Amino acid sequence: MLAGMPKKMHKDGEGIMKKTIEGSIGIAQAVRDCEPDVIACYPITPSTHIAEELDRMYTDGEVKSFIAVESEFSAISALVGGSAAGGRTFSTTSSQGLALMHEVLFTAAGMRLPIVMCVANRALSAPLNIWCDQQDSVSERDAGWLQLYCESNQEAVDAIPQAYKVAEKSMLPAMVCVDGFYLTHAVEQMDVPDKKQIAKFLPPYRPPFRLDPKKPLSFGEYAAPEHYQSFREDISKDIDKAKEEIRRANDGWGKITGRRYGNGLWEEYRCNDADYVLVAMGSFAGNAKVAADEMRKDGKKVGVLRIRSFRPFPYELGDVLAGNKGVGVFDRALSLGGVAPLFADVSASLYDSGEKPILSSFVGGLGGRDVTVFHAKNMFGKIMKGKKVSMFIE
Amino acid sequence: MKFPIAKPGTSRRNKTGAWRSFRPVVNKKECIKCGICATFCPEGCIEIRKDGSTVDYDYCKGCGICSQECPKKCIKMVRE
Amino acid sequence: MEKKKEELFVSGHTACAGCGAAIAIREVMKALGPDCIIVNATGCSEIFTSKYPESAWNVPYIHANFENAAPVAAGIAKALEVKGNDHTVVACIAGDGATYDIGWGPLSGSLERNDNVLYICYDNEAYSNTGVQRSGATPFGAWTTTSQVGNKIKGKTEWKKPIADIVAAHSIPYVGVSSMAYPFDVEMKVKKAAGMKGARFILIHSTCTTGWRHKPELTVKIARLAVETGLWKVYEIEDGKEKVNIQPKFTPVEEYFKLQGRFKHLTGNDIAFIQKRINEEWGKK
Repeated sequence: MLAGMPKKMHKDGEGIMKKTIEGSIGIAQAVRDCEPDVIACYPITPSTHIAEELDRMYTDGEVKSFIAVESEFSAISALVGGSAAGGRTFSTTSSQGLALMHEVLFTAAGMRLPIVMCVANRALSAPLNIWCDQQDSVSERDAGWLQLYCESNQEAVDAIPQAYKVAEKSMLPAMVCVDGFYLTHAVEQMDVPDKKQIAKFLPPYRPPFRLDPKKPLSFGEYAAPEHYQSFREDISKDIDKAKEEIRRANDGWGKITGRRYGNGLWEEYRCNDADYVLVAMGSFAGNAKVAADEMRKDGKKVGVLRIRSFRPFPYELGDVLAGNKGVGVFDRALSLGGVAPLFADVSASLYDSGEKPILSSFVGGLGGRDVTVFHAKNMFGKIMKGKKVSMFIE
Repeated sequence: MKFPIAKPGTSRRNKTGAWRSFRPVVNKKECIKCGICATFCPEGCIEIRKDGSTVDYDYCKGCGICSQECPKKCIKMVRE
Repeated sequence: MEKKKEELFVSGHTACAGCGAAIAIREVMKALGPDCIIVNATGCSEIFTSKYPESAWNVPYIHANFENAAPVAAGIAKALEVKGNDHTVVACIAGDGATYDIGWGPLSGSLERNDNVLYICYDNEAYSNTGVQRSGATPFGAWTTTSQVGNKIKGKTEWKKPIADIVAAHSIPYVGVSSMAYPFDVEMKVKKAAGMKGARFILIHSTCTTGWRHKPELTVKIARLAVETGLWKVYEIEDGKEKVNIQPKFTPVEEYFKLQGRFKHLTGNDIAFIQKRINEEWGKK
């Protein structure tokens, strides 16, 4: 069962707009219908098709702007300005581009600007590699951006309006992460939400403060030690509160379209009566679910827990994982010199549990190396042996 | 929700007059109200009034530019 | 009334006593008026005007990062355009560090796109805010903390980057080079540029008493000497045509150097070399 498939089709046919299009095009359409004011993009593989489609839309009068900036650093900077001036904003990037934005990502979050960006996950240099892994966005997990990871293109087009809603409620920027090439360049049949559904769900952007000569204010002040920490404490509280907004947005969108993704923060697949669970983020989770189905036919009690919200991280999922005999965490990124990033957060979620499963770490799929149903079965096989493993998947 | 945003014009709380070692004293009889001192004051704390150039000593840092630039040389820098 | 206009940039800011940049900003704000949005780069002006929870600005103001005043302004300008506002001037105020060096790439991109932004650079010829390190704007021979005067090397060995000419090469509608010692010229240029659309650039020479090592009361006199000697050309470039606004008196450049500690090590040869270049620039023998 693929993520996002509605259990019931709407009786009146509303929302049935099945298209067979490339993921990037679907994402651009969802962005268009959220009516952003300022779009600024710099092309980088594999996010390029999203940017190109948005420019095509601009030249056809379908979106209000498209600034073809000269670097990703300028793209995110333009969005900081556009958002501070009260506009809804959008950009898309990957890998080196996201890394080049690094400084401004922290600034955007610290200034509480609800910018939305689609990250087409790609490996970081060196060595140079244009294919999929999650190192780019995972490496920005400290910045204060909400991060939603999608399993399918259907989920990606649904995540865009949800990202705007949650970002604008929490006044925090948000990343919608899609596996590069696997999603961006895959042609998938999907229900692209229409303007009416989005309008029902997402109100126009009305910021509490904006740059306005009628009401002058000074944004981006510098804060000396007596003040700085209180801003950071405040944003820490607010990003955790965003978990509730993510749940609500998932639920609200589900009411309009019939499509929900777990509880919004994570999705459990056959975890109820499982003894062994694989935890993963992104498109690989789909393969893991197929593997789980096949192994279940052989009587193996396995399940998949897909993380949707990596930031804020829902540590309460430890309660779901606690009762298992073995849990394997699949990371598509590294934290060199330390344990893998998703593994670290899952470990933290289990630390206080009474019964702790044997927790294993798998890293693979780096630089676009395929991680298939076959690999997922291997991972299940390893954790079912009852011993902790920590390894790279070939 | 805290924003690093400040209300406009609030720097006026900060009385930078406490910085100075010398204060400008205007000989109002000689002052021709040309406005040069007011134009060049980095603090913007000189006003040309009916009776001549008037310094707001709450903010004056005592830099001496007004004294240096005055064409009538009628502003003297006096030790605090 | 004089007082009302001035209230756009108010007292209580923490610039050094005698700061040339503060004078430049006052002059700019008098000319710009209240219908503007200021985009400030990290640097002296940002630090001395926007310490939380206070602000010296009575107009909408944003500081983002050091090197992105131009693209942040581009985003604001686009948001205003999309919302149908064609009158509010989006103006960057940035120092020479942000403009000549770290922010040059983003600025060049903004100029090439002809973003509807008025970019104003106050040039105090060093990274003053962080303790007077050299920038691309530091003149030949000047002492800074990263172009020191030692036994083997004495001051900056490279000539100042000709930023206004490089900006003008992007064929933008307006480039103006001024000096804060000439407030009427600053006013004329800011008003003219504010009335135009597209990418506009104004460079304002601003003395730095702390960085140039001189007595604070000489701030305006020194900036005036830079123009009178011909070392700092006050001009405009519109439609590719250059027009000089203030004709120098050609006071010997030594008069300018001897008031500043950052030049006290210059030899007779150095000064002659610089004087020669000034003469060539102005077509004199």
